[in-house]
Amino acid sequence: MQKVVITVVGKDKVGIMAKVCTYLADNGINILDISQTIVSGYFNMMMIADMGEKIAEFEKVKSELDEMGKSIGVQIRLQREEIFDMMHRI
Amino acid sequence: MINISEVIETNDMIQHENLDVRTITMGISLFDCMDSSLEECSTKIYDKICKKAGKLVETGEHISQSYGIPVVNKRISVTPIATVGSSACKTEEDYVKLAETLDKAAENVGVNLIGGYSAMLAKGNTEKEMIFLNSIPEALKRTSRVCSSVNVGSSRTGINMDAVRRMGDIVLETALKSHGTESLGAAKLVVFCNAPDDNPFMAGAFHGITEGESVINVGVSGPGVVKKALEAARGADFEVLCETIKRTAFKITRVGQLVAREAASMLNVPFGIVDLSLAPTPAIGDSVAEILQEIGLEYPGAPGTTAALALLNDQVKKGGVMASSYVGGLSGAFIPVSEDQGMIDAVEAGALTLEKLEAMTCVCSVGLDMIAIPGDTPAESVAGIIADEMAIGMINNKTTAVRLIPAIGKTVGDSLNFGGLFGYAPVMPVNRFSCEKFVNRGGRIPAPIHSFKN
Repeated sequence: MQKVVITVVGKDKVGIMAKVCTYLADNGINILDISQTIVSGYFNMMMIADMGEKIAEFEKVKSELDEMGKSIGVQIRLQREEIFDMMHRI
Repeated sequence: MINISEVIETNDMIQHENLDVRTITMGISLFDCMDSSLEECSTKIYDKICKKAGKLVETGEHISQSYGIPVVNKRISVTPIATVGSSACKTEEDYVKLAETLDKAAENVGVNLIGGYSAMLAKGNTEKEMIFLNSIPEALKRTSRVCSSVNVGSSRTGINMDAVRRMGDIVLETALKSHGTESLGAAKLVVFCNAPDDNPFMAGAFHGITEGESVINVGVSGPGVVKKALEAARGADFEVLCETIKRTAFKITRVGQLVAREAASMLNVPFGIVDLSLAPTPAIGDSVAEILQEIGLEYPGAPGTTAALALLNDQVKKGGVMASSYVGGLSGAFIPVSEDQGMIDAVEAGALTLEKLEAMTCVCSVGLDMIAIPGDTPAESVAGIIADEMAIGMINNKTTAVRLIPAIGKTVGDSLNFGGLFGYAPVMPVNRFSCEKFVNRGGRIPAPIHSFKN
């Protein structure tokens, strides 16, 4: 399993989730967990997903998500999950 | 599974609190480049560095992309050149040629600094090593990426006072030769006691003779993260304060451990150590001085500063050792003046003096770092400052270092402006009384009593 964390931060509006999920589905990336919260008035969404073999195209997916974020006015980040595991789990 | 608050915490550290991987430093042994012909030696050095480190920068970029954390510097350290060049080099100019080779190789692989133009003289020095020392000012003038360090003492051997005295001259000459660039040459020259073999941070990085063929050492830094965490502990007692620092240091070091392992595996080079140092930069919110202020000091230098720094340094180490099995290098808090806006402010406010900084070095991870002194300071006084700092290291079994920048043509009230990571430095007054007769005695200071642990 190639776990990644996708975070979306920005002003809440209709269709953010739909866009991101559609993109992931089209690219065969399986969502394992989703949660969201509001921090200092900003919409924060986090997804844990399994990129599977798509991990080879990590940088392409990352830049496409980045572009999509810009087009809808939010910031979308794609990161490998290990950095969070290392920091928060012993 | 990881939860959203943990993800937000990590990303806040990176985006708002300047958490970064300060450096991935590849250590490369140059022992097999030794040759009696200067040309051969130089070619072998160039080829070996280019071959070993060819993918270093690319790897750093890749890791940065994958984990979403900046990898600020990619650097190289090599076996001390005084040793590597001892057969090939007959003159100072020969050694300078090797410095130029290092510079060219660093440029070729795309790293901004390369360390190891160094000599290990803790107990004594050979004739060649003296020639090497004399070559340092010219080498630092003619190169832009090369960093130099000289180890002049250790807790095991005592202090080589002949080398200390000579370094007083060398520091001044180096500043003089780079007069046109705000004496920047001197910012790339460190004098050490108990120099670690695996320090990834410049300017003092070199690939020690105890090291293997090549190694990846990683330095992580995050003074801003510690500062931010401490904001939540305002008014709390020391137990809470220490616990907060320790937890934060643990988290930061774990990131270093991850990056070091990944870089080592991608480059097929053994993983060496993670160095968790709170290394400030001139950027706002990336300051060790601000941590000291958050702990409760009006300015660094106020009474209580040494205690606050001791506590900080110790908690950083405690958090760090839990996070990685191989913590090394200089791990702790750096207190450079020019690279830390809070320190500069403290000097300008009159809160922080050279003498207080010296006291602080007894408990911090390195020493007198990036301090501008008047350009007319006598070489003997520079040597005296070095000797004081080396003595602190020798007696306390710790690494100490001196990186002074004589501001040629300037005096107290003026400042040096290096720009970039090196920042700017207000010229600080030096005690004007002489130590000439002391530093000119010649010979060495014997090893301290606690070195006899056989």
